[in-house]
Amino acid sequence: MYKNIIIVGGGIAGMAAAAALSEIGMEVTVLEREKLPGGHVRSWDRLFPTLRAAKEVLDFLNKSLGLLTEIICDIEVGSIVPTPGGYTIHCTNGDIFTTGCLVLATGYDLFDARKKEEYGFGIYENVITSADLEKIFREGNQVTTCGGQVPRRVGIIHCVGSRDEKVGNIYCSKVCCVTGVKQAIEIRQMLPDCEIFSFYMDLRMYDRHFEELYFEAQQKWNVNFIRGRLSECAENPDHSIILKTEDTLTGHPLKLTVDLVVLLVGFVPGSSARKITGSLGLLQGTDGFLLPADEHTAGNRTLLPGVFLAGAVKGPACVVDTIADGRATAVEVYRYMKHSEVAK
Amino acid sequence: MINFNLFVLPFFLGLIYVVFAIGRSWYRWIRSLPASDKVRLTTMFRQPRQVLLALGEVCTEALLHRRMWKRNPLLGYMHMSFALGWFLLIVCGNLESRYYSGSHLNAPYYPIFLKFFIHDRLVIFFEVFSVPGFFRFLMDLLLLFVLSGLVLAMVKRKRSKWFGLKRTAEFQLTDVVSLTCLWLIFPMRLLAESFTAGYYGSGGGFLTQSLGNLVMTVMPFTSEYIPYSMWWGYSLVLGLFFITLPYTRYMHIPTEVLLIFFRHAGIRPKKWYSGFSDAEVLACSRCGVCIDVCPLNEAGIVDAQAVYFIRGLRDQYVPESVSRMCLLCGRCQEACPVGLHTDSLRLIKRRELVSGQETDFSWLASAAPGPVALETRHIPRQAEVAYFAGCMSHLTPAVIRSMRRIMDQAGINWVQLDEDGSVCCGRPLMVAGKDTQASQLMEFNKNQVLATGARLLVTSCPICYRVFREDYNLPVRIQHHSQFILDLVKTGKIPLQAHFRKVAYHDPCDLGRGSGVYEAPRELLTKIADLVEVGQDAHNAQCCGGSLGIFTATQEQRNDMAAAALDVLLENQPEVLATACPLCKKTFAKQSPVPVKDIAELVCDAMPNPVYCSASGQSRRAGSYAT
Repeated sequence: MYKNIIIVGGGIAGMAAAAALSEIGMEVTVLEREKLPGGHVRSWDRLFPTLRAAKEVLDFLNKSLGLLTEIICDIEVGSIVPTPGGYTIHCTNGDIFTTGCLVLATGYDLFDARKKEEYGFGIYENVITSADLEKIFREGNQVTTCGGQVPRRVGIIHCVGSRDEKVGNIYCSKVCCVTGVKQAIEIRQMLPDCEIFSFYMDLRMYDRHFEELYFEAQQKWNVNFIRGRLSECAENPDHSIILKTEDTLTGHPLKLTVDLVVLLVGFVPGSSARKITGSLGLLQGTDGFLLPADEHTAGNRTLLPGVFLAGAVKGPACVVDTIADGRATAVEVYRYMKHSEVAK
Repeated sequence: MINFNLFVLPFFLGLIYVVFAIGRSWYRWIRSLPASDKVRLTTMFRQPRQVLLALGEVCTEALLHRRMWKRNPLLGYMHMSFALGWFLLIVCGNLESRYYSGSHLNAPYYPIFLKFFIHDRLVIFFEVFSVPGFFRFLMDLLLLFVLSGLVLAMVKRKRSKWFGLKRTAEFQLTDVVSLTCLWLIFPMRLLAESFTAGYYGSGGGFLTQSLGNLVMTVMPFTSEYIPYSMWWGYSLVLGLFFITLPYTRYMHIPTEVLLIFFRHAGIRPKKWYSGFSDAEVLACSRCGVCIDVCPLNEAGIVDAQAVYFIRGLRDQYVPESVSRMCLLCGRCQEACPVGLHTDSLRLIKRRELVSGQETDFSWLASAAPGPVALETRHIPRQAEVAYFAGCMSHLTPAVIRSMRRIMDQAGINWVQLDEDGSVCCGRPLMVAGKDTQASQLMEFNKNQVLATGARLLVTSCPICYRVFREDYNLPVRIQHHSQFILDLVKTGKIPLQAHFRKVAYHDPCDLGRGSGVYEAPRELLTKIADLVEVGQDAHNAQCCGGSLGIFTATQEQRNDMAAAALDVLLENQPEVLATACPLCKKTFAKQSPVPVKDIAELVCDAMPNPVYCSASGQSRRAGSYAT
């Protein structure tokens, strides 16, 4: 039996699991594809619903990793092969790891907004994604149009690539609604004269403080929420964007010109998880995300002995839930290792 | 000697019945044709050339089964051996009977049961060189020919793959009855003739006489009732086959002949059910060729294929879901060996399903403002070229942008009809059977086109292209953008610089099979790219599954069809998948591992330093915004 635990993916789920495991005295190796751990959260500026800096959360996780955790960055897992008593991990750079216990925390990818061509991302320069906007915030830049002007009107489009059967994603990405509310407030904070129009199907303010944030956006920041799914974007000669939609509360078709459009892109199953699923034979849901052994009672275990799932590899999840899930995985791993030792 | 025996009655009565039944059907269908079609039919019979051409087609299709041969030689041979073999048996049998009776007029059953009445011994040594000997040889050869087809038909039921068919049509009870009769006819004839030849020791040819002699050697019999009972059996199965024929798929045999004459008279499918539709429905032989080519198979839909739909029409029961479960991609129509207009039949049924309470677009024609404020109400600017992108192209803005750039680059005076707010071309309503509503939209668009004074209408969407060509009756030239751009390239109006490697081209249904445009996009693409081969292309191209023609497929089923089409298209590892339809592009883009681009985008990418264009038609050189 190998004593070492390997966590594939050094995002917040992998970090939280590693921190919890090293705290209870277990040796952990984290394999991270990027140059630094932190995953998608590294790209976010402030987190909903409290608008605290994402960096603070990452710093906390980094500090809590402990001495028993080794993080190897800039390494990509090519395939994982089951071997007697454990698993062999083949990396694309030729490195090979063996382990008896494996945590998959490979996370998710963002929906490629170009697949929703009618929204014009990649075609019209004034159409950006929520991730692009976070980058602007994070780098401390001004929100401007492609011509460098301050936008007078910004359109925020919810559910891009989520709950959209036509692009093949029927599920809700959970975090976009509140991200849209958060980003609307942030734009208003930065540009007090800018009007914001948010187009939604329905707003799922399911978690603590979310509804309050939504009220704040309307009452304090005068963000306009319009219930209607965007049909298409067109570009004016001055590069401003015409939004064509329907206000489904009044029942009227609507055409609105804005200077900048932000598409709230959803979660899609991670490309790295798909690769590993193939070589390990893990189960996928109809949404393409990995399935645990039992979604109610064994949310972190899989049907393979010694293989665990942590975080958004199982589907869309917010930062709070992902960290909690990483820690929950640690408990499952600990139980498994103890039983293995007893058996030995 | 009186050539009559009681056993001929089942055959004789069956024959009388089937002739009467066919005659009655033909009379009804011809009577229910629209007056103009009746005129066409009578005009044709005054032109011997047309009649000859029709007869020629009857020979090549109803007898030789040329199109079946093209599909699969084994399948072609099987159908031909039945049709041609049986036909020649009748013709030669008649000639043979004339030799014996010395009369041109014989009872219809006489040639069929000739060997029952005639079993004389030939005294010539090389009997095949005598007239009766030659006929005996020929008739046995023909019987063998038909029997070989029968063996193939039996093999086909178990090994349809050998005949190029993965799936075959499911049978109804009546089909089973008449199929059994049909299959029994020729073995019964063989047995009856052989046993008779064996019993009398003469009268048979190389096949029947040899078999008869063999029987007499192996198990000699003395009772003449043994061969006699076989003649009864032969007559009974023939009679039963004839009586069931008008109610089974074998009605296709006489109907196809009439249909060929209809077509040669210039009769075309109508918007509503007519005698022509009846002829098409009854001419379906349920060969099942349309089953395999149907993209619905890929989505696990196995009850809505043309053969089942047409059977439903014949039984006067088609579930609404089956009428609406069709991509109208035209693949079955292309493959049908009988040349049935399967799409038109489906549309006729859909028109019948439309209720009286539909959206009314008549406000478009009036000056009063309608429910939607339409900027396009303003009379569009005068221009040489009117560009109609189409609703689907509005979902692929890269296509519209490329077209604008190309037209600006070529220095064309153009105007976009649906730049800001548009009215649908009408075809989506037409495929739903709502022709009245469609015509309201068409009237509006027609006026828009005419108001521009343009001599050429260009559309990016094959769906619009098809309806503009087929239904608008516009006095201007209509081109799909692939044809239009090709002309611009040929006249040197667009310089092309870049060259792409490995591009696969997908034929959109409405452009290819629907409008016959296969070459223009290919010619254009070869100027800017290396085309890779696609397994099923042109007439045989797969549908992307995104069709507006289907109403009852789920998104998942559509995805399955797209995935199957992509498998074929990407077989030779292209780097780019090109198409010429915004709907195909959108459908493939969400699933394709390689980029999917419209032909206009590729041309635009291949242009050196393209001018950046703005919607209003004012141009400026590509600046920092150009991507």
